[in-house]
Amino acid sequence: MDVGDIVKIETDKGIFEGILLPSIDENIITIKMKNGYNVGILKENIKNIEVIAKGEKPKYELPPLNIKKNENLKTVSILSTGGTVASKVDYKTGAVHPSFTADDLIRAVPELLDIANIKGRAILNILSENMKPEYWKKIAEEIKKEVKDGADGIVIAHGTDTMSYTAAALSFMVKADVPIVLVGAQRSSDRPSSDAPLNLISAVLAAKENIKGVYVVMHGESGDTFCYLHKGVKVRKCHSSRRDAFKSINTIPIAKINPFTKEITYLQEVEKSENTKNVEINTNLEEKVALIKIYPGMDGEIIRFYVDKGYIGIVLEGTGLGHAPDYIFDDIKYAIDNDVVVVMTTQTINGRVNMNVYSNGRELQKLGVIGCEDMLPEVALVKLMYLLGNYDVEDVKGLINKNLVGEIEYRSRFDCY
Amino acid sequence: MEIDYEKIGLKVGLEIHQQLNTKRKLFCHCPTIIRDDEPDGEIVRVLRPSLSEMGEVDRAALIEARKGKKFIYQYYNDTTCLVELDEEPPHLPSEEALKIALEVALLMNMNIVDVAYVMRKIVIDGSNTSGFQRTIFLARDGYIETSEGKVRITSLCLEEDAARKIEERDDAVVYNLDRLGIPLVEISTAPDIKTPKMAKEAAKRIGELLRVTGKVKRGLGTIRQDINISIKDGARIEVKGVQDLDLIEKVVENEVIRQLNLLKIRDELKERNAEVVEKIYDVTEIFKNCKSKIIQNALKKKNGKVKAIVLKGFAGLVGREIQPGRRLGTEFSDRAKVIAGVGGIFHTDELPKYGITEEDVKRLKEFVNAGELDAVIIVADEESKVDKALEAVIERAKEALVGVPEETRKALSDGNTAYLRPLPGAARMYPETDIPPIIIKEGMIEEIRANLPELPEEKFERFKREYRLNDELAKKMVLSYYVDLFEYLCNKFKNVKPVLIATTLENTLKEIRREGYDINKLENRHFEELFKALSNGEIAKEAIIEVLKGFCEYPDKSIDEILEIKGLKRLSKEEVEKIIEDIIKEHLDVVKEKGLKAYGFLMGRCMAKLRGKADGKLVNDILKKKLEEII
Repeated sequence: MDVGDIVKIETDKGIFEGILLPSIDENIITIKMKNGYNVGILKENIKNIEVIAKGEKPKYELPPLNIKKNENLKTVSILSTGGTVASKVDYKTGAVHPSFTADDLIRAVPELLDIANIKGRAILNILSENMKPEYWKKIAEEIKKEVKDGADGIVIAHGTDTMSYTAAALSFMVKADVPIVLVGAQRSSDRPSSDAPLNLISAVLAAKENIKGVYVVMHGESGDTFCYLHKGVKVRKCHSSRRDAFKSINTIPIAKINPFTKEITYLQEVEKSENTKNVEINTNLEEKVALIKIYPGMDGEIIRFYVDKGYIGIVLEGTGLGHAPDYIFDDIKYAIDNDVVVVMTTQTINGRVNMNVYSNGRELQKLGVIGCEDMLPEVALVKLMYLLGNYDVEDVKGLINKNLVGEIEYRSRFDCY
Repeated sequence: MEIDYEKIGLKVGLEIHQQLNTKRKLFCHCPTIIRDDEPDGEIVRVLRPSLSEMGEVDRAALIEARKGKKFIYQYYNDTTCLVELDEEPPHLPSEEALKIALEVALLMNMNIVDVAYVMRKIVIDGSNTSGFQRTIFLARDGYIETSEGKVRITSLCLEEDAARKIEERDDAVVYNLDRLGIPLVEISTAPDIKTPKMAKEAAKRIGELLRVTGKVKRGLGTIRQDINISIKDGARIEVKGVQDLDLIEKVVENEVIRQLNLLKIRDELKERNAEVVEKIYDVTEIFKNCKSKIIQNALKKKNGKVKAIVLKGFAGLVGREIQPGRRLGTEFSDRAKVIAGVGGIFHTDELPKYGITEEDVKRLKEFVNAGELDAVIIVADEESKVDKALEAVIERAKEALVGVPEETRKALSDGNTAYLRPLPGAARMYPETDIPPIIIKEGMIEEIRANLPELPEEKFERFKREYRLNDELAKKMVLSYYVDLFEYLCNKFKNVKPVLIATTLENTLKEIRREGYDINKLENRHFEELFKALSNGEIAKEAIIEVLKGFCEYPDKSIDEILEIKGLKRLSKEEVEKIIEDIIKEHLDVVKEKGLKAYGFLMGRCMAKLRGKADGKLVNDILKKKLEEII
């Protein structure tokens, strides 16, 4: 008896017939009945079970679309990392199959063909919560390949949980003369209400703009009306479930994209592409960097733990303007005395670190803690990994609070909070 | 026309949707209330059909998607949340709803599944923000009894109700989210129903069993009946949204008549070698100067056109009545209206009329080369709509050659039905991965089984026995919205006659509602205060109606305040004696003249003054005594 077989199950409560599905529990047999509903039957209630027909292996292969390249359109490569930007539901079994190929994407969102020539492939197959720095490197390498192969823009389909970390990492690691746009979905693509199609259309629209840099494209509001183009180092997921979870922090979005009219309205200056198709990557990263959140009553031992484990960079997510309780000062000192670079960001997320206002901040600076201006804690973490992977400690200390790729803005806009 | 339903092979199945009266919605913690005040805001969304494994989409789904409409959802900050807006995963299902559904399943002798799964049923008309309706298959294989035999119940599902449609615009449909997520039980019968009367009886019985739980919503729109109807050689027709029980019989009857007539028309068409010509003629020139307002208005539109098709051999049949007041031509125009949204559609069987002259018709027929036996259909509107409409008519006319097309139709208030959409394909369902499977423990089923409510017939007998209600009142009370309140009041106020409580709840309330009082304002508290006062002798039973009216007008006031306002404070015996004495004194001449026979006249005077303030019997006694004293 295999999953997919049509089975007949006799129980005290009558006979059940349906397609055998993978079990959720060893004591339960689950079938999909003819009326489409799934039902579970306790094994102890089963009197007899027989296979009526062997299941046919479902075929998901569809004939190739054979789409001809349109010479008037730019070419956009869509690289999938495992978030299901497009997927098919097998209503026979209820299984959801992610789609990765260009053909799949085009079948799901045929509008893409009017915007660009689409290339597409899966480069990773992971859930974004399982992302690691080594995968960032892999993505950077694949981007380089695609640009060398002639892509005019890159779209990375990514799970939303850690999308802003990846965006930050790519911002530091990849110097390309094309736009690199990360995109995801808050409602999975098997649903009719998924935000994936509009996000994807908007991302492809952005990827064929004459710009460069790393960006995130997601819904601009809860309604299906427009998307925002966010700078990759200034964006954060601020809601666990809403479509408009991604917000530009300490700045405003770069542009507003209307996926229906295909209009893009720029809200800020943006770096223009020079149409050279130059691409360089630097994938050196120091992974021994930690992000530690400050809270009342915290035990400073955690800092010593990291130091003793051989960590060489620590990002603190401090309170307010960039503070930490005086009872962990000794632990911070221990880190700095051991040549660990300790930098300060703020858990208010919005606003800038300023460690000159209160004595606590001044003390921390005296200990050697470096304030990171208006940089997001996650971005500071990734930046510190990048810097420690490429520079010696003294240079790192000099660069951490200097703007490299747009991660720090020295002017605090009024209209972004 | 007497129809032998057995001979024509009538098969009817019911699908009944009943809202449950739970504290919270099925998949979130919002209250289950419908609102009529202004929403706090709106969200615009689009839906797209998702691809199935073979890249095909459901045909009903496709028609909706083709319309390319946007959906506008109205929300309330305090009674709808992110779940209805499809901005947050569903919460675990309401346990209360689950228990009520299981209770209903047991009342219908059903088998409950061991493990239930929440499924997503694809629905992309916008009525669900997610694009699917969440539904749980809970039980199967039950039955109910009717006087014409058993009707099997094939399934009971617990579902979320859809959003409430507010308005349909050209480019968008507006929904209110208040109804989305209210728990519903969906009960489906087998096609065991053999006559229209049996259909009504089965629906009534299911309704009764739902109501005895005391946990279902009452009132307009809280129960909806869909009816599946077929006859031999006919087709399965799904009639949606019959809200009134009394209409069920008529709907079945009329649908049978419609199918029989369509079959007759088919046979005649065959005899005539009728044929649908798949050519659309532009006849705008002919109607350029036509007097018809509808046509002139259509021609004023951008790209306004009049076009025609020829139905060879259809003459006389397009105008043939197939249901009271509805013709084959009505079926054509239904399709054209639903699919293309056109206004002006005419057929030659009804012409000349509507400002279209005989001369117009003659020129039309000549132009399209239509003979005596042919019918011509014309549509006037904006060109793309006209083409779409005529294509739809061609399709429907071809179906007339075959017989009865399978359709989903909507019930009209006169018991007829009109085209709604094609019959949906097999439901596209896949599991709701955001909610774990629900293991229904035997212990829970047993607990519910042990506490099942009385069946209506048991309650009926008990009410007659225990409360001494007559048949009519007992029957009314058993099915009353107030049945639980009735028993509560009877047990709490033992010195008040149950008949009085029952007539108050069933008859008096109806009476004052007819007078225009809003009895929805009345809560249990009001009735309790009322009968407490009655029980304590603070008011007379004659005052009941005025007190209830008072509570409707001032629901926040106490009974004392109401009595004050209405001047109904019960008088003490002494006060009553005083008033009666005064009345006698006032009419001493009458007393002298008539003696004891003045009683009737004086009683009238007394009651005019004392109604509601003193018990009639007391007044009677005092008056008699006083009269006797005087004489």
